[in-house]
Amino acid sequence: MVIVDDKQSVNAPPKKGMSLQRRETWWGLAFLSPWLFGLVVFTALPILASLVLSFTNFNLSHPGDTRFVGLDNYARMWSELLNNGNAGASLGVTVRFAIMSVPLMICLALGLALLLNQKLLLGKPVFRTLFFMPVMVPLVASTIVWQGYLNGSTGWLAQILSTFGLPSPDWFNDPAWALPGLVFLGTWGVGNMMLIFLAGLQGIPTELYEAVKIDGGGAWARFRNVTLPMLSPVLFYNILISIIGVSQYFTQAYVLDPGGTGNPGGSTFFFNLNLYKEGWSYNQMGYASALAWLMMAIVVTAALVLFRTSARWVFYAGGDR
Amino acid sequence: MTANDVLLSLPTNAAKRSHRAHQIRLRISKVGVTLFTASMAMIFLLPFLYMVLTSLKDSDQMTALNAPLYPATQEMYTASDGQQYVVYEVPTASGTQELALKDPRRTDSTFIDTKTGQTVEWTGNWRSLTPVWLLSIKWANFDNVLGVLNFPLLLRNTLFVSVLGTIGAVTSAILVAFGFARFHIPGKNGLFMLLIMTIMLPFQVLLIPQYMGFMAIGWTGTLLPLIVPHFFANAYNVFLLRQYFLTLPRELDEAAQIDGASPLRILFSVIVPQAWPAIVAVSLFHFFFSWNDFFAPLVYLSGHNDLFTMTVGLQAFSATYARAGSGTLTQTGALLAMIVPVAIFFAGQRAFMRGVIISGVEK
Repeated sequence: MVIVDDKQSVNAPPKKGMSLQRRETWWGLAFLSPWLFGLVVFTALPILASLVLSFTNFNLSHPGDTRFVGLDNYARMWSELLNNGNAGASLGVTVRFAIMSVPLMICLALGLALLLNQKLLLGKPVFRTLFFMPVMVPLVASTIVWQGYLNGSTGWLAQILSTFGLPSPDWFNDPAWALPGLVFLGTWGVGNMMLIFLAGLQGIPTELYEAVKIDGGGAWARFRNVTLPMLSPVLFYNILISIIGVSQYFTQAYVLDPGGTGNPGGSTFFFNLNLYKEGWSYNQMGYASALAWLMMAIVVTAALVLFRTSARWVFYAGGDR
Repeated sequence: MTANDVLLSLPTNAAKRSHRAHQIRLRISKVGVTLFTASMAMIFLLPFLYMVLTSLKDSDQMTALNAPLYPATQEMYTASDGQQYVVYEVPTASGTQELALKDPRRTDSTFIDTKTGQTVEWTGNWRSLTPVWLLSIKWANFDNVLGVLNFPLLLRNTLFVSVLGTIGAVTSAILVAFGFARFHIPGKNGLFMLLIMTIMLPFQVLLIPQYMGFMAIGWTGTLLPLIVPHFFANAYNVFLLRQYFLTLPRELDEAAQIDGASPLRILFSVIVPQAWPAIVAVSLFHFFFSWNDFFAPLVYLSGHNDLFTMTVGLQAFSATYARAGSGTLTQTGALLAMIVPVAIFFAGQRAFMRGVIISGVEK
């Protein structure tokens, strides 16, 4: 390994001809070497391998039969997307979830951050800790807690609603309500985004608010003309991170239905549940790799669209980035 | 006091009064905002209370009608013949009495007065009566779950993975961040961009080849794939530490350099002691990450129950014990699984939340 050699040459007594500049470069590379090694072995090679695999029929249970099948995996994926097969259905669930969850989470995180940034609020650190705390709960555990909490007969939400004479859906046992139930469960992860918004809010110079006040603007004007534009880079980051988060959604759906069919009625059949099933239950790792690349393409496209439109709505206070 | 004085003193009095009114209004709105936030927090955290109370309940209470929210059992009355009867709140001519139901009938039932032991006839449908519930905590749930879940084993495996992984993740991130923060390397900015881009990479494209690679060297069915990859610096951690290192004054390292200290020595005796807050944040990040990680243990430890970490152990437990999500024992399990990370979070929350902010905002 070249990189390890570099390290040895640095540890060796300095050669006479070696300039200070070069010595510094070698030291720097030596310090980067763990990451460079990881980049090659755990990132670059796997990406290449997964691309190659997606054009093969590789099956874990009989790897000897592996051969190139051209675009077969992608053709199968395409037809499953068109006729609402597993790939299409699971992508549909994931997109539906994203449409429900991302805007809600952004609004909730921003709302909480604005609330926790209020001058009038007493005990800010306590509330910040309390709203962040559920992020620390392992997802498997929080899914179990919400499964019980939202149970249609014994869960507290149903019991609270019934004391007001309101009916409650049987969330995770009702195909129409399981996905909204997962959106609810997702609110426990709001703390990360909330903290980032909060830090963004604290970075806004107070003079800007005073300027609006002098111009006679009210609370809405302050929010619309100062808070929102000043917060737009943070908003951009949070949208990007939540889209990536949805693209990796797996644990909660798997805990709800370890059978991997997305019960009830396929309503929680997320993209990665299908990928896991194809790759590890059916051992079809060639096809699963093609699925992974589809998700990669979708995320990259979404990120590019976001970056492209960002010039129009993201405001960088320091001028250009 | 002349009229003039009164006139002069009026505005100041009014100002004082309006100042006091302002103070009072401010205080009221402070209390209002705080109460509003507190009630939001209560709604937000109500499922926690559900979990804690349910984890201490008897499973019969879950399906019983009119059961209270707190852990309780129905009050029983032992009659003189040794038989046990459920005690109900019975409305009688002389007010509501606690009576034990001896002989339930649709229209008129026989009760026993719990105080006197005498038989009481009562007309009405006994099903409309509410039983008397007494607070009763079922600690046995914990014994039960500790055994069935094999909590000590899960804890040991999880600690093993998370502590070793944290050591690797932190050490490697410190080295790499130092390289990025303090050395002139040709093409460094490009490399740094590459580092940031790996954050955005979806895990799916890496997972299958990594799995096949680990299988090829015989590491599937061991804890190694959950530990070893973290010894090669994660982009998030490097980013966070680099940002922090850049804020440290260079004068100290330069002085050490003049004294002939090697870069490694400078890193560990000058930089690291100044960067504790960021290092603690990164350690906590990785610790929580590996405590909560689910997909990797699921695929690498599949079929090796003796190696299970907390999350896969809890998932397997919940899959076998409570499909409908109405069980008490799964809530006990969830409570046990979150105790350690939540406790550590409360202990190190300031450093942790600071770290979230650094890695989120300063990009």
